[in-house]
Amino acid sequence: MSNRMKLISGGLVKNNPTFVLLLGMCPTLATTTSAINGLSMGLATLFVLVLSNMAISAIAPAVPDKVHIPVYIVVIATFVTLLQLLMQAFTPAIYETLGLFIPLIVVNCIVLGRAEAFASKNGVLDSACDGIGVGLGFTLSLTVLGLVREILGAGSIFGWSFLGGRDGMLAFVLAPGAFICLGYLMVLFNKLFNKEK
Amino acid sequence: MAKESNLKNMALVLTLVCLFCSAVLGGAYALTKKPIDAAAAEKTAKAVGAVLPEFDETSYESVEALGKTYNYYKAVKGDETVGYAVESTTSGFGGNLSLMVGITADGVVYNTTVLSHSETPGLGAKCSTDEHFMAQWKGLNPSEKILKVKQDNGDIDAITASTITSRAYTLAVANALAVVAALNKEEKSNE
Repeated sequence: MSNRMKLISGGLVKNNPTFVLLLGMCPTLATTTSAINGLSMGLATLFVLVLSNMAISAIAPAVPDKVHIPVYIVVIATFVTLLQLLMQAFTPAIYETLGLFIPLIVVNCIVLGRAEAFASKNGVLDSACDGIGVGLGFTLSLTVLGLVREILGAGSIFGWSFLGGRDGMLAFVLAPGAFICLGYLMVLFNKLFNKEK
Repeated sequence: MAKESNLKNMALVLTLVCLFCSAVLGGAYALTKKPIDAAAAEKTAKAVGAVLPEFDETSYESVEALGKTYNYYKAVKGDETVGYAVESTTSGFGGNLSLMVGITADGVVYNTTVLSHSETPGLGAKCSTDEHFMAQWKGLNPSEKILKVKQDNGDIDAITASTITSRAYTLAVANALAVVAALNKEEKSNE
């Protein structure tokens, strides 16, 4: 059990996909214009990551080596399409903001990376824990990044404005702000949690 | 670890996986089709409802005007045409600016709403939030006002620091008015 807890916390801190492994930068930079967008993108990826990790670890022993990548991609794409249909049906507002980035989860290197590096070699439950850990790590990073950009750029927290209608520092909502915030957060994160490096 | 590959097991595994996945997705599609259609219909009804006075039903049509195809909703109450909600797209500062322009049967703008835009957040993006800018379209009569921003000697107040967006918005409304004028002419000649 403690081993599984370690898998989950490992994804959050030591192998944090955004601040340590630097995977999945495209959705990270593009969707974190506000805390709520970052959070939704993180949760969407978490959903796909956990399910695809479980499915892949279950079928991995039966998959011939030479076709394992196409098989994994098909499995991941299935879950992403499933998610897309569900979001379109039940949360159309969130679907509209994340729009283009939902189908792109298929090629998010975090998902295929975990399938290849972990799920294909481990059991279903361990893989689920790994998916939860990495997924939560991704969600947390995106939410924090979105929160910082929203506070600086739009002067609001989760959509609640504290500037009274005035503008924030617009650059932080735009692309350059994404890079600047990401850089500083990365430094801060590694200073706080990964001292031994 | 993974099994040794040969043609037979590769083909078999790929076929099985693909078959299973397509079956799952087919089922999910069938289950979600209704709510997705309902959500899309609700969104349209909301957009049309926001730009036109009360109506019973709408029909979605398209017309060739100004060298382009314009899609519009014709809103009907009883036997009378309440007005048209025209989808009008022009080039803004950051990309296409798509508006829904509601025009009543007498050729006056009832209201406008932004369908999609890619303007700069905090500057041009204000075209969908700035109250003063949005209010000036309500009840705008094209025979009384010049549909150009003040910088171009017109009567429309532009958003500060977003003249290009304001121009695009104004042009989109002007185009929609021209489309409806053409529609009205067509209807009269048919009568």
